Parts: sequence; C-alpha cells; structure tokens
Amino acid sequence: MQDYFIIVISAVLINNIVLSQFLGICPFLGVSKKLSAALGMGAAVTFVLVLAGLLTWFFQVYILNPFNIGYMQTVAFILIIGALVQFVEMVIRKYSPGLYKALGIYLPLITTNCAVLGVAILNIQKDFSLVKTLVHSASHAAGFSLALILMAGIRERLESADIPKCMEGVPISLVTASLMSIAFLGFSGLI
Amino acid sequence: MSLLNEFTKGIIKENPLFRLVLGTCPSLAITTSVDNGLGMGVAFTGVLLGSNIVISAMRRIIPDSIRIPVYIVVIASFVTMTDLLMHAYTPAMYKALGIFIPLIVVNCIIIGRAEAFANRNSIVPSVLDALGMGVGYTLALVLLCTFREVLGAGTFLGVRLFPESRAAIMMILAPGGFVTLGCILGFLNKMQSKTA
Repeated sequence: MQDYFIIVISAVLINNIVLSQFLGICPFLGVSKKLSAALGMGAAVTFVLVLAGLLTWFFQVYILNPFNIGYMQTVAFILIIGALVQFVEMVIRKYSPGLYKALGIYLPLITTNCAVLGVAILNIQKDFSLVKTLVHSASHAAGFSLALILMAGIRERLESADIPKCMEGVPISLVTASLMSIAFLGFSGLI
Repeated sequence: MSLLNEFTKGIIKENPLFRLVLGTCPSLAITTSVDNGLGMGVAFTGVLLGSNIVISAMRRIIPDSIRIPVYIVVIASFVTMTDLLMHAYTPAMYKALGIFIPLIVVNCIIIGRAEAFANRNSIVPSVLDALGMGVGYTLALVLLCTFREVLGAGTFLGVRLFPESRAAIMMILAPGGFVTLGCILGFLNKMQSKTA
C-alpha cells in the first residue's frame, strides 16, 4: 500500500511530468489559454495516457520480451499510441458525439504528446507490475492535468495584466511556468 | 544561391526552437550542460537528415492518405538506430540523455520538416534543409546550455569559471530551463521589433 502511495505523490507533485520532467510542454503552452480548453485536454490526455500505458505494458511483456526484440520498443510504442488515438477518436465519435465535440481537436494532437510515450517508456524502465503501471500512468496523467489547469487559471488572469510587449504570449508563459516549477520544487522534501 | 538559402534559413530566420517554438521538451530537459546540448543536437541532426533523405526519396510512392504513419515509422527507425549507436559508442552520453533519445521520435520539428519540406522537394534541397535545421537547433540548444551551465554550475564544458558556492543551482534545476528560454524568446522579440 505504501508503495502505491509513494508512486502517486511522487508522480503528481514531486516529479510532476510537466514542471519537473519537461514532458508534454507543447500542449502545456498551446492549450492553456482557456480554462475550459485545459479541462478538455486534461481529460483527453488522462484517458489516452492510461490506456496507452496498459497496452504498451502488455505489448512489452507478452510480445517484445519473449521474442527478445526489445530494440523495437520505440517503433512499436509510437505505432500503438498512434493507432490507439485514431481508434479512440472513432469510438468516441460513434458513441458519444457530445464528448467528441468537447475534445475535438485535442484528440489527434495527443499522438505527438511526448508525455504519453514518455510515461509508457518509464513504466517499462522502472520494471513496474501491471497494477503499478496503472497507478503510475494515472497519477502522471493527474499531474499533467493539474499543471495544465493551474496554468490556464493563471493565464486567464494574465490576459488583463500589463506586460512588456516583447514578453507577451509564449515568453511570459515560460516565465510563469518557471515560477510554478519553483513552487513544485518545494514538494521535493515530502518523501 | 537558393540552395544555400535552404541551408541558412534554418539557422536564424526559421530557427526551429527560437522562431517556431517547436521541440521545446528536450530543449528544456537536457540543456543542463553544454556537452548534453551538443550530444542532443548531433543525435537530432542525424535523425532529421536520415528521415528527410528517405522521405524525399520516397515522396512519389507514399500514398497521400497514410503519409503521417509512414513518416512516423521512418522517423522511429532512425531514432532506434541512433539509440543503439549511442548506447554502443557513447555510453556516458546515452545515460545523461536517457529517455530523451527515444523521445526524439515525437519531436515535432522532424515530422514538421517531413510534411512541410521533404515531401515536396528533391533529395539535395532536403539534405540542406535537414542540415540547416539541425545546425540551427544545435546552436539554440548550446546557447541555452551555456546560460544554464555557467550560471547554475559555474562551469563551461566542465571547465570551472567560478567557485561552486557562488552558482545559482536553480538554473540547472527545472525552473532555470523555463526562465532561460522565456527570457531568450522575449529578447529576440524585442530585437525583431526594433529592426522591423
């Protein structure tokens, strides 16, 4: 039990995937202008990240390892993720048009989200069991959503702030992310 | 003249990191020392060069509707080769860059060049485009690394410039990456608005 607790705390707060591991910066900067969009992206990433984590784990343990073709990992994982995103998109479009509309453009973007591939590789590198893989992927997804939603909240306020012209847009977002990351560094003493 | 232009445009005018703000994840994560920046830059250039050559050579055979999966397979193959080569010949660098070597596969610059350039041009311009973009990205990484390594560790390429107790360790931790890139982008915007 304690193991799982440590995985959750370290993935959400201490090793936050965006603010301390630098994975998934593109959507973090691109989709954090509005709170509603950030929520949608967070939900979509959570969904895909957990599914991809499980699928790649099964693939690694039952196909790559027995046949001793571990070097195919990168190619195999990126194809699994790409196919999964396509598949999820089709299923959601068929069965829940409302959700499809809400997630809309964010779904295809997830294939190139390095957080998904990154967490899938981390799961394997750390030799996790199936349950730990599930917990680990879910908590990294939660960490991603947390960072994205906090950032969106701050950026909505920034809209009305008086900032130098040259810092508008991406530069000020990066400086903001830096300050948030300092705050998250404070969690490093937790465990 | 125009061929030369394909090469030089990637270095300043369309610098992938500073002007297009693509490929930010590795550029923040591994720029803690100049060595790492150079290593990442070379690995990245190698993959981009390989994928640009193959895609431009096959551009007439690849069916339009499945071109993105084809790009991904080509890029992933080159990333795997780079991964194995680095593991064999530069184990220290392999360890330092860690997960960011396999992650070159989702670097948006490479797939961006495949779609925007290699798919429409013959091999020679594609090679020059890849080299230019690679050099531009490497220079950008080295610039970021220089700021972070000098301020954060007090060294440059491992040579000590001032005592470690004076260094701001924050610069080589996560916040330093964000703030350095933010300030460089802001500075470039300022310069550009002055010349324009």
